[in-house]
Amino acid sequence: MLAGTGNFTENTRKALEDAALQKALGNVKRGFIAKRAKARAALPEFETLRDEAKEIKIHTLAHMDLYLARYEAQVKRAGGQVHWARDSGQARRIIAGICKAAGAKSVTKGKSMITEEIGLNRYLQAQGYEVVETDLGEYLIQIRGETPSHIIAPAVHLNKEQVETDFRSHHKNLPPERPLSKVSDLVNEARQVLREKFVNADVGITGANFLIAETGQSVIVTNEGNGDLTQTLPRVHIVAASLEKVVPTLEDASTLIRILARSATGQDISTYTTFTSGPKREQDLDGPEEFHVVLLDNGRSGLPGGEFEDMLRCIRCGACLNHCPVYQSVGGHAYGSVYPGPMGSVLTPLLQGVSEARHLPHACTLCGRCEAVCPVRIPLPAMLRRWRMRDFAKKPPLAKAKLGLKLWVFLARHPALYRLITTPVIKILALTGGRKGRICALPFGGAWTDQRDLPAPQGTSFMARWRKGERP
Amino acid sequence: MVKKKKSPAPDAIRIGLFVTCLADLFRPSVAFAAVKLLENAGCIVEVPETQTCCGQPAYNSGDEAGAKALARNVVSAFESFEYVIAPSGSCAAMIRVHYPELLKDDPQFGARAVDLADKTYELISFLTGTLGVRGVDMKLDARATYHDSCSGMRELGIKAQPRTLLASIDGLELRELTDPNACCGFGGAFSVKYPDISGKIVSVKTKDIGDTGAKLLLGSDLGCLMNIAGRLKREGSDVEVRHVAEVLAGELAAPPIGEGD
Ligand code: SF4
Repeated sequence: MLAGTGNFTENTRKALEDAALQKALGNVKRGFIAKRAKARAALPEFETLRDEAKEIKIHTLAHMDLYLARYEAQVKRAGGQVHWARDSGQARRIIAGICKAAGAKSVTKGKSMITEEIGLNRYLQAQGYEVVETDLGEYLIQIRGETPSHIIAPAVHLNKEQVETDFRSHHKNLPPERPLSKVSDLVNEARQVLREKFVNADVGITGANFLIAETGQSVIVTNEGNGDLTQTLPRVHIVAASLEKVVPTLEDASTLIRILARSATGQDISTYTTFTSGPKREQDLDGPEEFHVVLLDNGRSGLPGGEFEDMLRCIRCGACLNHCPVYQSVGGHAYGSVYPGPMGSVLTPLLQGVSEARHLPHACTLCGRCEAVCPVRIPLPAMLRRWRMRDFAKKPPLAKAKLGLKLWVFLARHPALYRLITTPVIKILALTGGRKGRICALPFGGAWTDQRDLPAPQGTSFMARWRKGERP
Repeated sequence: MVKKKKSPAPDAIRIGLFVTCLADLFRPSVAFAAVKLLENAGCIVEVPETQTCCGQPAYNSGDEAGAKALARNVVSAFESFEYVIAPSGSCAAMIRVHYPELLKDDPQFGARAVDLADKTYELISFLTGTLGVRGVDMKLDARATYHDSCSGMRELGIKAQPRTLLASIDGLELRELTDPNACCGFGGAFSVKYPDISGKIVSVKTKDIGDTGAKLLLGSDLGCLMNIAGRLKREGSDVEVRHVAEVLAGELAAPPIGEGD
């Protein structure tokens, strides 16, 4: 499924009926939640660390221009180049331009949500480049023609049987009778296929988890080591990152790294945490000849000072997705946007425009579990509610949902009328419930009774009984 | 230990009961139980006539103006009381956490909303906290489990309080859910706007409930309880669902939620 496709309600219906997906989602829930909880329990200063992480981000965002300028200067000092991209289109053109100038044919990629955001792969492929994702999950979805269904575990919706089928149909040059039923078989085969791609690539593109203003370094955290090969083997290394990835100092990056993996996968630290600055120096044994950073704005610079500024604190750990009951139910593709889950429902209307994504902020129970686990304490529910307010204000006055709500508010503001109207309604519902005490189908309440019975009211309101002098 | 109704002392705390629309319209027995628990603890309970809804449906659907209007109503109706108590974590949180924010730019109501927020509590946490109630004098042979409603738990920190009181009931065994922090999928308008997803989420909850082996589900938010009870009954489960106040007050004459006589 591609980002931005389909209709949310239709997507969710399909997702709920997809048995393989439902099984995979069960694993997400059990795996990620328990692992984060364990990591949190093992680190006494976990909550303090969250406060520190939040403060670092707030401070940085308040002085973003300054730190970005510092970062740019440091990258240049190390011999790299920084390119500023206003929007996705510009970012794509800059990256394609670098590839062209390098005379590249083959491009390898480390995992990067920014390149998903700008739709880079299709753009480069259309221009004739071979583009190979080297993160295992990204590789799997690339050969399937899918987008990531999770920001840190892009292929979390797949199971190993599906992967085996895909590998057999995609790696045609390998012996058909080879064993592929074990996860280790699959990993080894992917390694084998990718090894050759790494060596032959002209350009390597990675994302960045942090950009350090003090040192001009970019940081990637990975578990497979593919990012390191992507950025050191080719002649040209391009880092694609968005503006808010900048942090002031190495120390700040360390604090954020301590909270990132714990929140994401429950690891103390990811297997590889790599700091990169500039191209290969004379005394270096390896590394790229050219080093570029493409800094994507895409509307972000307009956020500080506004209602959605807090969203820029996000360090893309994925904890809010893992703990979200809606994400757990339908998975990432149903959202039809690059970023799924709670963070995506706040971000997508900002990135893709409200008209494209107006339903997303409503598809949430406001249970608040996302905010409770967010390492940088982003008030996601409050921001989703803000989107709802904007959407409500824009809705035509006669829209069904608006009208119903307005009627309720009107009644609730007029207690006598409220009681006059509600008295017969609860009587009728109580009668309908009858001796069973519940209603299985309602003419206008199908949305409720399709999924569950409606417990019937007891018959007379508390206020009426109290007024008559009834006491416990 | 609160035994039975004391006649209120002259300096007794005067409480305004915020009944909540669901308890008022669907389940008065919850409000009667709340009155009983508060009176047993020596409070005087009054029920202002002009109360209706706290405005949560409007607020969570994005109707800011509607939510503000209802918030002002509640402030006016309840500000004269020493404390305002609601048998619902989400309604209490609406007043305690969201009113000050909602009315902060209102010259007439801004400060009054803050005052009201300071003295508004969810019933059970008020009993154990402010009133220092440690237990009830009750006997009930039952194996129960507890659903923590999201707003109460995350916005008001209600988790241990109901368990403290339930532990004092003679014969009651409490078994915890495996994922007690999970939402039940109600979410107000969400339950009818996205019925399929809501149904999926609540089915995970009913499975968790079933797995505990408990035969009684308790909680303190009627919205969630009606959602869970409705699903349990639809699935043919024999687990009974009640508001925790009914059990603590021994107000068990009314059939459980979603059951008849
Ligand atoms: S919003 Fe918070 S929890 Fe969600 S991905 Fe971003 S940092 Fe992680």
